[in-house]
Amino acid sequence: MSEDNSAHSRESGNPAARKKPGSPLPRGRAAIGPDRVLRFALPVVVLLLVLAIWESAVRIGNIPPYELPSPFLILQTLAADRVLLTHSLLVTLLTTFEGFVLATAGGVGLAVLFNQSRVVEYSLYPYAVILQVTPIVAIAPLLLIYLPQHAAVLTCAWIVAFFPVLANATLGLHSVDRNLADLFALYGASRGQALWRLKLPSALPYILGGLRIAGGLSLIGAVVAEIAAGSAGAGSGLAYRIAESGYRLNIPRMFAALLLLSMTGIVIFYLLSLVNYLALRRWHESALERDR
Amino acid sequence: MTVHTAVPLVALRGVGKTYPNGVRALGGLDLEIRPGEFVALLGPSGCGKSTALRIIAGLSEPTEGSIAWSPTAGSASGESRIGFVFQEPTLMPWTTVFNNVALPLKLKRAPAKDAAERVESALDRVGLSAFRGAYPRELSGGMRMRVSIARALVTEPQLLLMDEPFAALDEITRFKLNDDLLRMWQAMHTTIVFVTHSVFESVYLSSRIVVMAARPGRAFAELAVDAPYPRDQNFRTSSEYATFCRRTSEALEQAMKAGGEP
Repeated sequence: MSEDNSAHSRESGNPAARKKPGSPLPRGRAAIGPDRVLRFALPVVVLLLVLAIWESAVRIGNIPPYELPSPFLILQTLAADRVLLTHSLLVTLLTTFEGFVLATAGGVGLAVLFNQSRVVEYSLYPYAVILQVTPIVAIAPLLLIYLPQHAAVLTCAWIVAFFPVLANATLGLHSVDRNLADLFALYGASRGQALWRLKLPSALPYILGGLRIAGGLSLIGAVVAEIAAGSAGAGSGLAYRIAESGYRLNIPRMFAALLLLSMTGIVIFYLLSLVNYLALRRWHESALERDR
Repeated sequence: MTVHTAVPLVALRGVGKTYPNGVRALGGLDLEIRPGEFVALLGPSGCGKSTALRIIAGLSEPTEGSIAWSPTAGSASGESRIGFVFQEPTLMPWTTVFNNVALPLKLKRAPAKDAAERVESALDRVGLSAFRGAYPRELSGGMRMRVSIARALVTEPQLLLMDEPFAALDEITRFKLNDDLLRMWQAMHTTIVFVTHSVFESVYLSSRIVVMAARPGRAFAELAVDAPYPRDQNFRTSSEYATFCRRTSEALEQAMKAGGEP
């Protein structure tokens, strides 16, 4: 927040304020009403119910753990194998993070390049699309032949994740307000100034939208590549653990690793949503709270 | 106030603009803007008022005719000699009022300390000093337009071009901004070209009204509004004002007939 909170108050005696959407109505802090409680409480109730049914089904039906482990056993396995699984989690997290960073840099960088040069855009864009539409599962084994394993896994994460960033950033860079572009021209802005002060800020909401998708996709890319690599007999990430536990019929560990992967995906999504909110909360429609 | 013998600040001679799709927005427009004037360009929509303004600003190139700047006006291509206020406030939503007003100075890489002082004084002029840290989203329509005007004035331009700036505002806000604009114009000794489709606004504000006709856009008639400044509510309710409005309306009606309006 800036030093000047009085800016939020409404200018009195100005009826124009009320007509336009986006007028300075003070944004109300949404109170924790019954609706909000339900939104958080209901999914938790559903989860607990499903777990209870699952647990009792396994116990009553005497289902052996290699067919279906009970939720309790999965949690026990998670605790027992925590050293192994934590190590695998860190490996997968690192790959995902590296892939995500490369996808962000590559996607935004290419979009800027495309925006500055039509020749480059026309020459390369079709190949970016081809890379995107070819299923990653089919590319991964090839990459593993030509690249060292870590590089191959990373490349997979990057290929899957960079396209949404590229597509969204390209759209964003083209969505500049025309009058603002005229204004920059009027004051003799250089290409660099127009890019840095006008185009990139205009594109920011789009880019952040792309990043939210890319975060989940880089995890998927990393997992796909690890599984492909795992069947080649190497690796130590979470997905490799799942494949390996499968061969050994260690089903509880499979579930435990899967649970960790799923949690990772959720955390990534919410972290990026938080970044999105923090970056846009004061100016973009998407991040503003609505007055009900 | 107006010195009619002065060398024009900018002169358009036989200016025409035909768009690539064949639409002829302007044809044979003659227009002289003299230093210190407040000129209103009045006409029906589609008469090329905005096109003329964009050509003066250098945002659009004429396809016929020429545009000449007074030697004292420096470079013709605009630079900081020109301020432009669009119909929409056209602010950068992602940054504060202060940074929006500072934009023209930042683009010119003005020293930060000097720029800050000029931004403060521009904000003071439009009465928004207290809102320097606010985001455009948090302001009312009238306040946003004030920010837009402050941004246009921050370079202390010789010529301020305004393209129907108050058209989207309610009447109360509009009257207030009309008065403030006149005050700023007199205090800063600048020159203003103001595009409008309101007869009342053009008479209230300007020292000279150029009535334009369409198909193709051209200057059809010219009226001097030689009522003295400063003007206020008394002028708005005077019989003199009513007479000017009637004459301007008649000229506008003829211009619309000449332009083939039904």
